[in-house]
Amino acid sequence: MMLDGKIPAGPLTEKWTQYKSTMPLVAPNNKRNIEIIVVGTGLAGAAAAASLGELGYAVKCFTFHDSPRRAHSIAAQGGINAAKNYRNDGDSTWRLFYDTIKGGDYRAREGNVYRLAEVSASIIDQAVAQGVPFAREYGGLLENRSFGGVQVSRTFYARGQTGQQLLIGAYQSLSRQIALGSVEMYNRHEMLDVVIVDGKARGIIARNLVSGKLERFGAHAVVLATGGYGNVFYLSTNAMNCNVTAAWRAVRRGAYMANPCFTQIHPTCIPQYGDYQSKLTLMSESLRNDGRVWVPKKKEDAQAIREGRKKATDIAEADRDYFLERRYPAFGNLVPRDVASRAAKVACDEGLGVVPTGLGVFLDFASAIERYGKSKANSIGEHHADHQRIIQLGEQVVEEKYGNLFEMYEKITGENPYKMPMKIYPAVHYTMGGLWVDYNLETNVPGLFAAGECNFSDHGANRLGASALMQGLADGYFVLPYTIGTFLANDIRTPKFDTNRDEFAAAEKDVHARLDSLLGVQGTQSVESFHRRLGKIMWDYCGMSRTAEGLTKARTMIRELRESFYKDVFVPGTANEYNPELEKAHRVADFLEMGELMVVDALDRNESCGGHFREEYQTPEGEADRDDDNYAYVSAWEYKGWGEDPILHKEPLIFNDVHPSKRSYK
Amino acid sequence: MNWFTNFITSSIGRKLVMSLTGLFLILFLVVHLLGNLQLLYSDEGEKFNLYALFMTTNPLIKTISYGLYAFILLHAVQGWILWRKNAAARGPQGYAVKVTRTTGTSAVAANNMGWLGTIIFVFIMIHLYQFWLQMKLGTLDMKMYDGETAADLYTAVKAAYMNLGFVVFYVISMVVIAFHLWHGFQSAFQTLGLNHRKYTPLIKAIGKIYSVVIPALFALIPLYMYFKNAGL
Amino acid sequence: MQTMKLTLKIWRQSGPNEKGRFETYPVEANEHMSFLEMLDVLNETLINERKTPVAFEHDCREGICGTCNLVINGQPHGPNGGTTTCQLHMRHFKDGDTIVIEPFRARAFPVIRDLVVDRNALDRIIQAGGYVSVNTGQAQDANAIPIEKDIASHAFDAAACISCGACIAACPNASAMLFVSAKVSHLALLPQGKVEARKRVQAMVKQMDEEGFGMCSNITACEAECPKEISVENIARMNREYLSSVIGTEVQA
Repeated sequence: MMLDGKIPAGPLTEKWTQYKSTMPLVAPNNKRNIEIIVVGTGLAGAAAAASLGELGYAVKCFTFHDSPRRAHSIAAQGGINAAKNYRNDGDSTWRLFYDTIKGGDYRAREGNVYRLAEVSASIIDQAVAQGVPFAREYGGLLENRSFGGVQVSRTFYARGQTGQQLLIGAYQSLSRQIALGSVEMYNRHEMLDVVIVDGKARGIIARNLVSGKLERFGAHAVVLATGGYGNVFYLSTNAMNCNVTAAWRAVRRGAYMANPCFTQIHPTCIPQYGDYQSKLTLMSESLRNDGRVWVPKKKEDAQAIREGRKKATDIAEADRDYFLERRYPAFGNLVPRDVASRAAKVACDEGLGVVPTGLGVFLDFASAIERYGKSKANSIGEHHADHQRIIQLGEQVVEEKYGNLFEMYEKITGENPYKMPMKIYPAVHYTMGGLWVDYNLETNVPGLFAAGECNFSDHGANRLGASALMQGLADGYFVLPYTIGTFLANDIRTPKFDTNRDEFAAAEKDVHARLDSLLGVQGTQSVESFHRRLGKIMWDYCGMSRTAEGLTKARTMIRELRESFYKDVFVPGTANEYNPELEKAHRVADFLEMGELMVVDALDRNESCGGHFREEYQTPEGEADRDDDNYAYVSAWEYKGWGEDPILHKEPLIFNDVHPSKRSYK
Repeated sequence: MNWFTNFITSSIGRKLVMSLTGLFLILFLVVHLLGNLQLLYSDEGEKFNLYALFMTTNPLIKTISYGLYAFILLHAVQGWILWRKNAAARGPQGYAVKVTRTTGTSAVAANNMGWLGTIIFVFIMIHLYQFWLQMKLGTLDMKMYDGETAADLYTAVKAAYMNLGFVVFYVISMVVIAFHLWHGFQSAFQTLGLNHRKYTPLIKAIGKIYSVVIPALFALIPLYMYFKNAGL
Repeated sequence: MQTMKLTLKIWRQSGPNEKGRFETYPVEANEHMSFLEMLDVLNETLINERKTPVAFEHDCREGICGTCNLVINGQPHGPNGGTTTCQLHMRHFKDGDTIVIEPFRARAFPVIRDLVVDRNALDRIIQAGGYVSVNTGQAQDANAIPIEKDIASHAFDAAACISCGACIAACPNASAMLFVSAKVSHLALLPQGKVEARKRVQAMVKQMDEEGFGMCSNITACEAECPKEISVENIARMNREYLSSVIGTEVQA
């Protein structure tokens, strides 16, 4: 079956405007009687719930956290893109659109991406009006910085805590709607199933995590804003509780999962240290504005550093390989994430890694400190400052820009990054894949919508830095509140859904059975141990580079692991109490299915593009070799049952306004 | 409830009462000290007794003194209410390990304002009984100074300060007051919202000097009189 | 790698209305672990012994979500200043140490299980007024109102609050003044939030009082333990805002 993305007709730059003006609406008096469930309170979920509440819909909003403000959007550091052109550096909606499409290696829809670029400016306006304290210049106007994959400065930021500040803005708006009664908030509730009535999504089954009770909730439409599935890798920069369960349960009820193999490996994370490690910590991409990535040229130097016999500062300038600057002179250290990550992997594979595990490269601020120091010295009239003074001033400037990131690095590693270069290595960070949605953000299941990282829509095969916040908020504030009307306009006569209906009872029974089966195994191995093993399989075979052989092997391994999980997992406690192990078990069970689908998808896509790098498909210089003739499509996978092969549905990607070219950052 | 009762029973309203009464009592301490220092004249109490007469007969001073009693009571009662309410807010289960780290004040003082206040209250009661009540009841001897009859409070004070136990109690009470002021002085300004990056350090410095100097001068009087009378 | 043998004394309580008690567990850790990874190791051991693992809350493990909330040896988020529990590393402890771990204690934070407490009171305080009443789509251009860099920076310092509740746990009075004042300050400093500032402060203080938090005695334990080092300056600002709003204006929340 060919899928229809329902992109409106008309010229690219007019599509959204025209569509907005002609789409069906729901009158205010009817909105009061229409209920919408929003699952998740990250940027997309909180923004959507608040905006829908403002419009007058009766919203029920769910989070498994103790407060809506804890969602992992909060951890985004670097910034948010917007085509404001406040810097007068030639930015425009078109350029943001083009950068994003190109950055995504031409695996996203033109229509969606253009809309994203178009609404980006309104997001900044909205956030400022909510009181988000973005960085400002001395004149009181907004400051910008640069992110990877672009040649303009369009990233707005709030120190290294942009996600936190934007989420607090959305959370405050949501709180206001809760106080007004237009949003009913359910904290500590985890969605464990979607309820389908006559082919449409009309409710959810959620588990009250405090009492353990299953509760039924009906609505006219269901919005999933439940984030990405990066934790399938066990170690990632995602929060410990990020999971795929809500999205996967939708897949089990008929929704398609699109491009699941497109995962983003972020180049600048703190390298792994030990087996007990529970998560990886990101160092913002903004650091690549000023940090230079390098490894020693000589293997013996690298080895000496690994063994602690030499320090980074002992390596002479001539013996260093600033490999990003060497390989990609046009973009240098600010190449997109997929490119930077792969380059670091290549260097480490050659034996040039600088941490004991061999998996780490330097991110060095020495030249930035010196450069800033000189300029600062000049600006305060110290034209003859000595080297020490220059370094001192330079460190002050760097502290102003990245202080909290440097502090975080020091807290975790115990090393002072002002004096010694940081050590970094790529880590799983974001998933471009997600639930398949059309232009309305509606999945193939009518009435079921997906927003933010949870859907697949805008980033193609690789997301550019500072675009996740942009997309989450665009979906939540400016897209979904409009497009959901196209579905609900036909439902104004539909009464509220009685949760005593058979469909709700049946779904609840399914969830019960699933929880009981997990508790019933009473095996010998912990949930965590399965998760860790799954993560290793995924990282080894479906991580930064993939091969058909490895993926085939991985699929078998995952199936075996899943089998052993249901035979030998041990989940303590009962279903009728606060039981974090049971929550985890359910999530890992779903990861064990999602992981296999990712491998299947990676195996199907016989090309290299963005975050998906198949070793068989690379250019002689080791760059990704994309195959537009055969793979310019979105892969949307339909679940066919336990142990069955999923079915692939293709949505062809049509490029009318940009010409897919070889993506070069040289 | 109208806005005023709402306000005065709100957490910040209650704190405002503590702050304003506290600041009044801080001012009173200075006046009281200036009066008491007259005990140090070697005039067998003439200046002091006349001063005491003035303080108990001047209509304006009398009016203010009723305000003072009211403020002491208000400060004490409100303080006690806050103390109870705050203990209740902590909940029935306390910490097994108690650590209080502070940034801008003495943890010992800040943490124990209730206890310090209680000791001070007891001190004030004894103090009032011993001097103020005797004055009011007219049990003191009378003396004539240039046609004016004044109660001889000086002799009563002198008698009290010849008792070493009482002097020790008095000095300890002044240390307690010093602690209470060490935290209370700057806290009163913080509660009023009078905080400024430029001026707060000054307020804090004045507060520290005040809370040491004033109680020290108060304590000096009985010590001086004790040692003088003991002929040391 | 330095291995250390530790003794943990952990508060165990099976439900909100159950009686709690301390249990003692030996655990082996190494200096590279984070504090929560050390607890992971303990839980893995307990699970392997088929015992009930210790319930504790955590999520981002990078110090920003505000979920983790332990009192470690009498200090919320442990001995290091400006650090959340998840960012506390075991290199700050030494072999043979006994570590006492308790939940945040306050009447307004009832224990759910073991070390997990209910902090919904904080959400309700924000719902009472901790926002700017602006609907999606109403905003003017972001650069229409210039804001002095220092003012924006002070607002940010207050907005950095992660709502973990350590200020309340640290305060001998279990007062929520630092939390509430951080939000009041964040919004009162910015022109966008000024419009509603007088009403907001009254509404938020009222809700704070209704939740059963204690009253501020300016002890500053909150500032000392705040993992985001939020200043008690904000409390003074809130007092000022509150007093001038109640006494000096007609506004009533």
